[in-house]
Amino acid sequence: MLRLIVRRLLQLVPTLLGLTVLLFLWIHRLPGGPASALLGERATEADRRQIEAALGLDEPLWVQYGRWLERLARLDLGTSTQTSRPVWEEFTLRFPATAELALTAMLIAVVVGIPLGYVAARRRGSWLDAAAVSGSLLGVCVPVFFFALILKAVFAVNLGWLPSAGRRSTGIDATEVTGFSVLDGLLTGEWDASLDAVEHLILPGVALASIPLAVIVRITRAGVLEVLTEDYVRTAESKGLRQRVVRGRHVLRNALLPVVTTVGLLTGSLLSGAVLTESVFAFGGIGRFVADAIDARDYPTLMGFILLIALLYVLVNLMVDVAYSVIDPRVRVN
Amino acid sequence: MTIRTEKLDRLAELTARRDTTTGAGLWTEALRRLRGSKMALTGAAVITVFVVIAVVGPWLAPHDPTAQTWRDEVFVNRALFVGPRSGNWLGLDHLGRDQFSRLLVGARHTLLVGVVSTLIGLVAGALVGGVSGAALAFGGRAGRGLDTVLMRGVDMLLALPSLLLAVSVAAVMGQSLTTVMIAVGVVQIPVFARLLRGSMLAQAHADYVLAARALGVRRRRVVLAHVLPNSLGPVIVQTTLALATAIIEAAALSYLGLGNPDAAQPEWGVMLAQAERFFVPEDLLDQASLMAVCPALGIIVTALGFTLLGEALREALDPKLRG
Amino acid sequence: MTLLSVEELSVTFTGRDGGRRGPGTDAVCGVSFTVAEGEVAGLVGESGCGKSVTSLALMGLLPRRGVRVGGRAVFRHSGPDPVDLLSLPPAALRDLRGRQLAMIFQDPLSSLNPVVPIGVQVTEVLTRHRGLRGRAARAEAAHLLERGGIPDPTRRLKEYPHQLSGGMRQRALIAMAVACAPRLLIADEPTTALDVTIQAQILELLRELVDDQGTALLMITHDLGVVAGICDSVHVLYAGKVVEAAGRRALFAAPAHPYAHGLLGSVPRLDAPRGERLHPVRGSINDRLSWPDGCAFAPRCDRYTLECLDATPELTALPGATGGHLVRCVHPVGNEGSAAADTPTEREASA
Repeated sequence: MLRLIVRRLLQLVPTLLGLTVLLFLWIHRLPGGPASALLGERATEADRRQIEAALGLDEPLWVQYGRWLERLARLDLGTSTQTSRPVWEEFTLRFPATAELALTAMLIAVVVGIPLGYVAARRRGSWLDAAAVSGSLLGVCVPVFFFALILKAVFAVNLGWLPSAGRRSTGIDATEVTGFSVLDGLLTGEWDASLDAVEHLILPGVALASIPLAVIVRITRAGVLEVLTEDYVRTAESKGLRQRVVRGRHVLRNALLPVVTTVGLLTGSLLSGAVLTESVFAFGGIGRFVADAIDARDYPTLMGFILLIALLYVLVNLMVDVAYSVIDPRVRVN
Repeated sequence: MTIRTEKLDRLAELTARRDTTTGAGLWTEALRRLRGSKMALTGAAVITVFVVIAVVGPWLAPHDPTAQTWRDEVFVNRALFVGPRSGNWLGLDHLGRDQFSRLLVGARHTLLVGVVSTLIGLVAGALVGGVSGAALAFGGRAGRGLDTVLMRGVDMLLALPSLLLAVSVAAVMGQSLTTVMIAVGVVQIPVFARLLRGSMLAQAHADYVLAARALGVRRRRVVLAHVLPNSLGPVIVQTTLALATAIIEAAALSYLGLGNPDAAQPEWGVMLAQAERFFVPEDLLDQASLMAVCPALGIIVTALGFTLLGEALREALDPKLRG
Repeated sequence: MTLLSVEELSVTFTGRDGGRRGPGTDAVCGVSFTVAEGEVAGLVGESGCGKSVTSLALMGLLPRRGVRVGGRAVFRHSGPDPVDLLSLPPAALRDLRGRQLAMIFQDPLSSLNPVVPIGVQVTEVLTRHRGLRGRAARAEAAHLLERGGIPDPTRRLKEYPHQLSGGMRQRALIAMAVACAPRLLIADEPTTALDVTIQAQILELLRELVDDQGTALLMITHDLGVVAGICDSVHVLYAGKVVEAAGRRALFAAPAHPYAHGLLGSVPRLDAPRGERLHPVRGSINDRLSWPDGCAFAPRCDRYTLECLDATPELTALPGATGGHLVRCVHPVGNEGSAAADTPTEREASA
């Protein structure tokens, strides 16, 4: 197991190095070059000269890349041109909100998607199956931001059941510990703050969950349908095992293998979706900040966030791979 | 004797095979199944209507979609919009242009963005995936090396969230319709590459490929004549599905302000993104909301059409579901 | 004493629409046979003759939708009254399966759950039917594997199916099947997927286990070698009906149905004169009549006459034979006469 983790980590090195090269070249290709990228578009020509000299931009490209890499290692991702604060700080400040939102969405997708996909497969051809299949087809066809808009219009504005924006209501006094507002409320015993945070998470969470939910329903359904025809399920039945055991140990356990891999791969689309969802719900995470950065052409922020998000994606998929090898003994051999 | 022949005829008749479908090829069989699938027919119908509108839309449009003919009837500041009326069946947009005409003409740009960006992803992805798969399966040690390099590159692209990848492309190339298409296309490259590679590897170990190689068929011919044609099924399915994704992704880019900067030219994604700021959540049927809802419905229905056809195609091509 | 008595078992695949669009396909149409306690009975036939479907119907393992099952299968379990396996409620059948009625399958790799250790797959039967848990269950599982001829059973319990060889996997499956000393064990082509040397070992093991436990064995196979090696009685199936039933010796000595005759003639024999050709049964199972039209085997038969097409032949005692040798044929082999003589010219003409 440890060998597997180490090997996968080593495999990551070229991928990540390649990413840094890509991003480095990207900064260089930007209109105005890295100096403007670091300073923002409002910088004067004199400022630009000065910083180019200071940063050694007259040196060969690979030397510059080495320097840049060294700064990266010290988590020095530059300064946001929007807020004039270090990009790393901006990221750590906002990341918990996005992580909380993404986890909520994934939780909804998994908790609803797996049982729905399972039942749809068991009752293949029933109205429930038809509804699940059409729902999942529709789910991937509705633009996330439009779905978010409609959800907000119906459940927040018209019905008034849930808050329409932000992460917490005004008047709720919440102590910040980890930045995860639901968790913070639980840690400090401020139950009302936790509850309030959950209420604010539901609508953006559902909006963001639409695509992962659709994908998970489809993959679970297909997996169960395939596993049900497998010989080992017949063997399990021939042993007279209780239905609970046949379903859990023999059908679901195998049918969910592809779902595990999918959850990892969905992280990417989840983070893209978060940018859109957070914009609609004015949810103060990195998504919202990235959307603003795009508007303001805040390239240092974009570059830093892209790198960190890519790193995150790669690490999540590493964890998924390791988890997969725990549940599927066959991949451990090679 | 006559009785005998009669009886023998009866035997022959009774034993005549009832089904004559055995031996049909994968594609013939798939086509037969597609024709019986409601999903495929619905999808194909939607796509046909969409393509027809995209082609003849400009001639059907009652008004010039870019002309701000009724500019002085719309007051954005006071949230006064003009709803459906005779002559303007879907009302006016925020600049006093005929919404119906814009929708009709917009189909063309939407289709263009979808098709071109999918082609970019398909061609580049299939090239990388095909070379990679062929190299790994038949290229020996050097091939394995080439495959590793290519796949690391694909992993890298896969690690970048699609929107941010698109943002990066837009930042370097400047904002234009071409940028949108390239950005959306680049996102699809790793998907196509992995799919074709995996599919080719599965075929490379099939018995008929071993047989061909044992008979001394050249490697290049094995790849081009045997492995590649048999690996294309999943790629075709993905192409259909990618058309849907591309249209939606393009709309998301527009929403983030990275769409086609020439907003006078109607395109559904841009129309949706522009109308979004006038959206009145209290009343989804208000003209201000309809300005967003109409192009959104266009996008959803079209994407659904491609998705339905793609899924039906996937089912029709799945050998496990044949029979 | 009769343990299992199958009467007029029929299985029809109606398709997913429940048979509204047509009569469906008859996989088994009126199969009757009996298995005595402790007997090894063979069910023989080529692929597609309905032998696997028969076994799945008895186990209640056919899909519930799209399949129509008719007839009776009376099973004398250890309880007071015999039960009809085909009409038993699913829950009651679930209690019988794995305990009194067990089955092993053709492909040992696909029949084992790839992501669950062998040990769990053995102990789950013990937990379900014998209430064994924890260490006791593991000890018993190890004992069962050992009895199934698996060396180092304690280590094997922790391993996964892909780590075992084909023969070992089948031994593990057999260990699971006999874990509760069932009264009837159904073996569906248990040796087909294995190497020849392993085949003999597995047959030997099966024979041993059923002898020890007094378990009756229903051996489903297309391999006449297996039949010759292990079965006490044989039922030959063709197109979903039993066409011949006899003791092993009687059948091998004098097969009466042209199909059984042909099957034996298709097997190469060491004691045949050199240069003698094999006599394959021509055509395939697809060249058949439906039984109501006459004898289903007629299109492939060298002995058919007009009478064969009159009606479905009955399964009757073979004239002149002793000991319940039954055959479903108008012109059984070894009983020459009547119309059989006037066909050869025609046969040659059509060949």
